[in-house]
Amino acid sequence: MTRGRLADLAPVVAVFVIVIVAWEVVLGALGVQQFLLPRPSVIAASLVNEWGTLVEGLQYTTIEAIGGLAIGSVIAIAVAFATARWVLARETLVPVAIAASSMPIIAFAPITNNWFGTESPVSRMTIVAVMVFFPILVNTVRGLTTVDRGALELMDSYAASEWQILRQIRVPNALPYILTAFKVATTLSVIGAVIGEYFGGPRQALGIYITGEATLFRFANAWAAIVLACALGIVLYLIVAGIERLVLPWHASGGRGEGGGR
Amino acid sequence: MTAAVVEIRGVSKTFTTGRGPITALEGIDLAIQPGEFVSLIGPSGCGKSTLLRLIGDLTPPTAGSVTVNGKPARQARLNREYGMVFQAPVLMDWRTVQRNVELPLEIMGADKAERARRASAMLDLVELGEFARAYPWQLSGGMQQRVAIARALAFDPKLLLMDEPFGALDEMTRERLNLELMRVWRQTGTTIVFVTHSIPEAVFLSTRVVVMSARPGRISKIVDVDLPQPRTVQTRELDRYFEHITTVREALRRHEGAGPPDERDLEAIRAEGVAG
Repeated sequence: MTRGRLADLAPVVAVFVIVIVAWEVVLGALGVQQFLLPRPSVIAASLVNEWGTLVEGLQYTTIEAIGGLAIGSVIAIAVAFATARWVLARETLVPVAIAASSMPIIAFAPITNNWFGTESPVSRMTIVAVMVFFPILVNTVRGLTTVDRGALELMDSYAASEWQILRQIRVPNALPYILTAFKVATTLSVIGAVIGEYFGGPRQALGIYITGEATLFRFANAWAAIVLACALGIVLYLIVAGIERLVLPWHASGGRGEGGGR
Repeated sequence: MTAAVVEIRGVSKTFTTGRGPITALEGIDLAIQPGEFVSLIGPSGCGKSTLLRLIGDLTPPTAGSVTVNGKPARQARLNREYGMVFQAPVLMDWRTVQRNVELPLEIMGADKAERARRASAMLDLVELGEFARAYPWQLSGGMQQRVAIARALAFDPKLLLMDEPFGALDEMTRERLNLELMRVWRQTGTTIVFVTHSIPEAVFLSTRVVVMSARPGRISKIVDVDLPQPRTVQTRELDRYFEHITTVREALRRHEGAGPPDERDLEAIRAEGVAG
C-alpha cells in the first residue's frame, strides 16, 4: 500500500521538477526581463529574504481562509440538511442559492469592507464564506437526496424512522459528496481571501503584500507571496484528502472492485 | 386455514400513469401457509413483483385486503415480521459484510452483543463467516446476494419475501444458490414468497408455483410441486421435475396471447418499473 502510494507520487514530483527546471533554463536562455516573469531561483531568493514578512502575511490570510471556510460550510451544510428534509425549503432556498452563486462575489469586497471594516478579517471571511457556500450546499443536497431507491425500500421494510434513514443511509451516502465539495472549497477559500485583500486589509496580509510589492516593481517578492498562497491552497486540499482517507475507508482503499484491500 | 401466513383477498392494483390508469393486478386471491415456499411466475408486466410488494406493504392495494400473520400488511411491516431480498443486493458500501447483516438489528434496537451474535450466526448459515470483515465491493455478485439473504434473516422473520434475488446471476451461481436457499429454508423453517421468471428455478424451489398472466395481472394457475424433500442436485434429474416444468410452461403459454409484445406490454412493464 505505502509503496504503491509513493510510486503514485513519483510522476507528480517528476513533472514538478521538470517544469521548474525548464522554467529556469528557458527564461535564462531567452533573457526574459525579471519584471515579466522572474526565474524560480530569483523567487526562491525572495522567499528567503522576505521570509519573516511573508510568514506573518500567510498566517493572517490562513485565518481568513479557514474562518470563512468554517462559517460558509457550517451554514451550507445546515441549509442542505433542511432542504433535503423539507421539500418546501428545497423549493425556496435552492433557487436563491443558485441566484446567489451567479453573482461575482468578489465584487462585494468593498461592501464587506464597509460593513466590518477594512482592517477586520471578518470582511474577507464573509467573502470566503459566500464563495464556498454554494459548492458545499449543492453537493451536500445531492449526496443526501440521490440515495439508492432500493436502500430506501429496504429501510421501509424495517419500518425505520426518518431519523434512522438519515443516519444510516443519507449521511453516509453524502459524505463522499461533501468531501469532494470541500476539496473545491479549500482552493476557493484561498482565492477569496487573497483577492479580497486586494481591496484592502491590514499591511501584513498576503494580498496587500502582493499588490504593494507589484506597485514597487518588486515582482520577485510578489511571486514569492503567490507561491505561498498556492502552497496554502495545496496544504488545505491535502488535509481534506487526508480526512477523506480516514472517514471513507471503503473509498480510500482505492482499488474499488479489485478486491485486494482486505 | 386460519393460521395462514399471508392471506390475499380480492386484491387489485391500479397505477396512474401519464397515459391513464393501468391495471397491474386484478382479483387476486391467495393464501400461503406456514413453512411453504411459494413462487410467483409470469410474463413481464403480470404484476408479480407488485404482488410481492403488496404483501410487504411497500405499496398499497387499490382494492382488497392483504393480511400477514393475521394482521393488516402495514401492521406486519411496522412489527417487522418479514425480511426482504431484492434483485440487487443493496448492501451499504460503507459497512463491512458483518455490519451490513447487523443493519436491521441496529434499526430494531438490538444491543451490540446480540447484533454481533446474530450476524455471525447468519453469515455462517450462508457460509460467508470468513468474509465478515470484508467490504461489499470485495465480494462477487453471488456472495453479495448471500449477504443480503443473511441480512434478511438476521432478525428471524417468519416470512421472507424475495424479488428475483438470483435474476442477475449466471446460471451456475444461480443453481448453487438455489441449493443453498433450500438448505436455509429447511434449517430456518421460514415461509418464503419468491418472484422469478425462471421456470426451472420456480419448480426446483417451490412447494407451490403461482402462475400469473398479464393485462391485467391475474393468477391463472397454481401448480402443486410434489417433488420429494429435501431438494438436491438429483431433484433436477427426476421425471416428475420435468413434468412440473412442462405443466408450468403450458400454463404460461396458454395465457401468452398471440404475437410479439405490443405497446400495451411496454406500458405494463413501465408500470411495473414504477413499482419496482
